[in-house]
This record gives sequence, structure tokens and C-alpha cells, in this order.
Amino acid sequence: MKHLLSIADLDRAGIEELLDLSASFREVTQRDIPKVPALRGKVVVSLFYEDSTRTRISFETAAKRLSCDVMGFSVSSSSVKKGESLRDTVQTIEAMGIDAVVMRHSAAGAPNRVATWIDASVINAGDGCHEHPTQALLDLLTLRRHLGSSLDGARIAIVGDILHSRVARSDALAFAALGADVTLVAPPTLLPSSLAGWPVSVSHDLDELIPDLDVIYLLRIQRERQNEALFPSLREYTARYGLTVERAGRLRKDALVMHPGPMNRGVEIAAEVAEGPASVITEQVTNGVAVRMAVLYRLLGSGASVGAPPLPSASGRSERPSGEGATIG
Amino acid sequence: MADLVITGGRVLDATGERTADVLIRGGHVVEVGEDLRGDETLDATGCLVTPGLVDVHVHLREPGMEEAETVETGARAAALGGYTAIVAMPNTTPPLDDPAVVASVLAAGEHACCQVASSGCITKGRLGRELAPMGELHRLGVRIFTDDGDCVADAGVMRRALEYSRALPGAVISQHAEDPALVNGGAMHEGEWSSRLGIPGRPAAAEEVIVARDVILVALTGAHVHFQHVSTAGAVELVRAAKARGLNVTAEAAPHHFTLTDACCASFDPVFKVNPPLRAEADLAAIKAGLADGTIDVIATDHAPHPTEAKERPFEEAPSGMLGLETALALVWDELVLPGVLGPTQAFAALSWKGAAIAGLAHHGGPIAPDTPANLCVFDPEHRWEVDAARLASKARNTPFAGRLLTGKVRHTILRGEPVVRDMEAQR
Repeated sequence: MKHLLSIADLDRAGIEELLDLSASFREVTQRDIPKVPALRGKVVVSLFYEDSTRTRISFETAAKRLSCDVMGFSVSSSSVKKGESLRDTVQTIEAMGIDAVVMRHSAAGAPNRVATWIDASVINAGDGCHEHPTQALLDLLTLRRHLGSSLDGARIAIVGDILHSRVARSDALAFAALGADVTLVAPPTLLPSSLAGWPVSVSHDLDELIPDLDVIYLLRIQRERQNEALFPSLREYTARYGLTVERAGRLRKDALVMHPGPMNRGVEIAAEVAEGPASVITEQVTNGVAVRMAVLYRLLGSGASVGAPPLPSASGRSERPSGEGATIG
Repeated sequence: MADLVITGGRVLDATGERTADVLIRGGHVVEVGEDLRGDETLDATGCLVTPGLVDVHVHLREPGMEEAETVETGARAAALGGYTAIVAMPNTTPPLDDPAVVASVLAAGEHACCQVASSGCITKGRLGRELAPMGELHRLGVRIFTDDGDCVADAGVMRRALEYSRALPGAVISQHAEDPALVNGGAMHEGEWSSRLGIPGRPAAAEEVIVARDVILVALTGAHVHFQHVSTAGAVELVRAAKARGLNVTAEAAPHHFTLTDACCASFDPVFKVNPPLRAEADLAAIKAGLADGTIDVIATDHAPHPTEAKERPFEEAPSGMLGLETALALVWDELVLPGVLGPTQAFAALSWKGAAIAGLAHHGGPIAPDTPANLCVFDPEHRWEVDAARLASKARNTPFAGRLLTGKVRHTILRGEPVVRDMEAQR
């Protein structure tokens, strides 16, 4: 595995390998000194053409916990402002000697193009309305911790602006790959025109589904969309598709509430629900660091199979973890 | 001027097909027959000798984007593709909405390898609001009026343009049929692939809404509308129905719209980005059926050069358009003639004389007979070659067919009696 561009590039076994590795790294992140020298000397550049708080910090934290050198690239203060092309920018950065680019861009497929131009690994941290694969992996890690290692038969609804959501594309593929029964819930204007080939079913009626769900995954609604005739108002959106306190009360007792953030409290999710016992939203963020450590390790590590990764110890020697919770470093 | 004789080929034009030599003198065909002699011989053994091809839809980028193409380089690419006449589109900088700019394009084409005709804008600045000076442009020889690149979206403006054009003999209102409100920033065909790739879609309905509307306006005004680059099954059906009603409409299709699908965009390579976009399999089949039954009159390339750096941007940000002049005939041969979709005469009709008729280019399109201008294409239908973007005569490199093996290549092109392409090499 050279790049991580899309969940569509991974099969079930590949996803499960990354999740097993993530579980090991999650244990690392819980330590007093949550840092291992696994990728000492490796250089990772975070190249964000679009604003991001949590994803960028999450990746940079993950890279630092693996002892990578991390360089940030800020579009607003760079030569991109002077009109430098994407290809020139990434080739210039690569010429400085780097091992991976963590990239976010407002255009779908920009990381795919970059991967054809440079030798370093490319990690997609969100590209336009296409994919956000590490978000899907951290969501899966969160689900596995609550539902067990298989999602077979789990009923998951992804609710909101599917059309414009890279999270929805990656999650739908990832959840279905692990056996979940995925339903996309949205007004028809916020769904893609075709869902041919998507391993999902579709509903426009959240209330009908609510009592049967194991997981409800809410997507951020961008306020601008109401100006594009995609729905009449935020008020009407909330009334039909928001996870209000009343609606959350009809969820099963053990159902999980998820959200990729940032939330519009009071729009797609009520503040009380986001803070409530069913919510695993904060845990998603925590798991993000572990998943991104796993991805970086998988792409930049010694090249060993992820099934039984020979993780270097603090002294530089390798040890074999015996599974989740094994001692690393 | 020395006599030139084309020997040993099969002469094919609108009147039929026969084995004959063609004797050329003073820029004209003087005799078509057996065992002709001249001072100079062009071997056409195993080849078809046809009227030169005519492309009613070419972007030459001059003035304003000469780093991508010029009249000279575009005309050379055209000649290598078998074309003897091309119509330059008006989305230049400045646009072709002014007699002086049109005159500059025509002047640049005077010594080119191919006759360069100019289109003219329908509206000033291609902005879709006020009419361009269509009468003045018509006096310079402009027959095809178009805001190509952009659709004349306002139905009232389109109606007036159609009415006004009726006073200009031979004028054609040529529409880029895509409703901007429905396109709404889309970058590829809206469907299964756009949904999966997260690239904003341009629905087939954007094209069909305008075709349907303009058919109604043709019925209202009696003017001639030509639909550019028809790409959807629905648009083909609308044109077919309009023709069945006897309405004055014609249509073109581009080679990429019957050879490539939207699945190509999965690479995110903007070399596959074009407007209207590459469509689905069912649309390709409909385009072929439309060409076969004559619903679609002509094959036009929509040759659209872009500098390499412009196509090295992300898909959504890159400009639309692809090269076409040097690959069109071989693609028609490979994808339409060899599989039996079109007969050879039908194919050359769509590539040559039907386009000449629409564009009012009386010196092109044959027939090949004594006392006609010697604008000819000599095509070797068995020559196998691989498309190498680096070796194209066009200044730009944005061909979506790079690496493709094709059957059939132009051996010679004769413009006004002069072999501007000889043995597959441009002579100037």
C-alpha cells in the first residue's frame, strides 16, 4: 500500500488490518508518554488547501506520536497565492525530501492527481465531495469498540447532506464493507442523482427508521445550502431530519449517535443529544489520532504486513504485539 | 503550374465510388479517369480519395490564447487530419464579435495549410444579452453564428437572434445547448460516476431542455438552428422528432461522444473533461444510431487545445476541452465504419460534404469532378498507428486518445491543388 486515497481502494481484509493496527496504537495514545519512535526520521507534510481544525491537528498529533518530523503548509501564506500550480507546489515540496503528504483539497480527486506526480505517499485528508477515508476508519474503530469486531447486520443510518459529503461516501463504503446494513436518509435534493453501485438503501423518512437503528450518523448541514433551493429552511430541515430530543427518545436504548464534526447544534443535532449518553462523538475524535497513526505507520513503516506489525520499541528493537492492548514500545 | 495526378485510389464522393486517377491543374480537378499522367504523382494505392474534410467546430485560440494553439498550428493539425476547411469558434480574447477581429483571423488563415473560415458571435462579448453585429460579420463571409462555450440561455434573446438571422442568406444559429442554471457548476456528466466520484454533475437534462426549447423557437421563427456536439440520447430523440416535423434543424456529434464514457473520469485526469461532458453507454449508442439514420448530420471535432499546465489542475478546476483534429477520421473509421455503424460514404458525408453545406463552404465537400476546386483527402484505411501526444502538430497535448492504436491515417491532403500533406507529413 503506497497511498490512501479512497476507501474504495481497500477490501474488507485491508480495512480490518488497519483497524487492528489502530487498536494497538490507541493503547499507545492512552499512555503517560504517548509517543513511540516508530517513524523517527520520516518527514510528513500536511498540505491543506482547505480550512480544517480537527483533521489537521489529528494528523499532526498522530505523526508526532510516531516521532515523524511534521511540516505544515499553509496555502494562505504560500506561493499558491502567487498562482503556483498544484503540480509545481507538490513537486517543490517533494524536492526537499519528504516521505508523505497529508492532503486536503476542495476539488475531488486532487490527491489522486498528486499521487501520479510524486513518489512520496499521499494520504487523502478530504477531497471535495469525494472521500475522507481516515474519517471512515476512525468511525469504524469507534463502532467496533461498541458493537464488536464485525458490523454484520448492524443497522446504520447516515443522515443529511449526502450529495456534498465526502464523509458519507467513505462511510457508506466502509460500513458496508464490514457488513453493516446502511441506509442513507435525506431529502431527495441532498442525495446524489444516481446511487448505482452504492451498497446502501435510501429513505426520505427518518421517523420510520429511528426505532430500528443501531447507529445514527448525522452529517453537518451547511447553512449556505438553503440559499441554493436544496431545502426551504434550517427550521424545516431540523423538523424533518434533525436528531431532536424527541426523536432521540425513540432510539433504542443502546443505539449510538455519531457526528464527524463540526456540529451545528440545534440544526442536525440537538445540543442535549450531542452531550447525551448515546453520543460517541468525542470518542470519534480520540480514535482519529490512533487511526491516523496506523495509516502513517502502514504507509511509511518498515513495509511489514499489518497483520502482525513488528512495531519498533523505544530502544529501536522490534517487538510483536499480541493483539489489541499489546504493549508497544 | 505543374500537373499533379493522384493515382491508383478509390475515388469516393457524394456521387458514388469508383477506381480512378485524379488529374489536378491550376488548383482544380481537370479530369477523373483511368491511366492519367502528370508532371508529379501522388500514390494513392489502397487509399480512398475523397473530398477534403470539413470541420464546422474548431477552437484555434487566436487571438488571446496563442500558447495553446494558433491559426497556423491548428490548420496544420487539421490538414494532417484530412481537413481542407475548418470553422474557427468565437470564444477567443477578444471574442469574434467584431469585424476587425474576424478579419484578423481570416487574414491569419490565408497562408495556412487549411482554409480557415470564421464563425461570429451571436451576442456581444458572448454574454447572451445584446446581438453582435451579425450583418457586418456576414458581409465578411461569416455563416455560422454561435456563442460556443456558452449557451444562449435567454429564450427571448435566442428568439431575436433567430429572427434576425433570416435576413442573412445562409446564416446558421449554432447553439451550445446546455442550460447554465441546470449545469450549475457541474464538471462531468451527472450520473453513476459523478455520484461516486463526488464531482458536481452536468445533467443530460441541461442539454435536452435547450434543444427542446430551441426546436420550439425554430418552429416559431423558421430560422436554421444547428445543435453543436449533441451528446445525450434525449437530445438525439428531440432532433429526430424535429426533423420528422420538417423543421430547419441540423446537428453535429463529436468523436469523443461516441468513443468515450463518463467512466474515464474515474482517473480524475482533466484530459477527459469536456463540455458537454462524456456521457453514459446508452448515450453513446444513441449518438451512433443518430449518425446512422442521419438525425445527426455531421461529425465535428470541437478541437479544444489547452496548455499542459492548465490541465494539470484538479479536475473541477481545469478547463474543458480536448484535441480532435488529428484523430477524428481514424476514430470514425475504427468505431463507426469498421463495425458497420456507418458505410464509408455515410462517414465521409458526415465528415465532409454535409458540413460544407451547413457552413456554406462551396469550394469544399466535392464532388470530385472536372472543373471543381481540388480540395481533397487521400486516406489509407489500413494504416495502423498509435496516438502519440508528443508528436501531434497541435501546440497542445490534451488528447484523451494518447496511446490508443488506431486504424486508418491520412496519407495526403490537397488544398487548392497543392499537396499540403504528403506521405503523412505536413509540407509547410
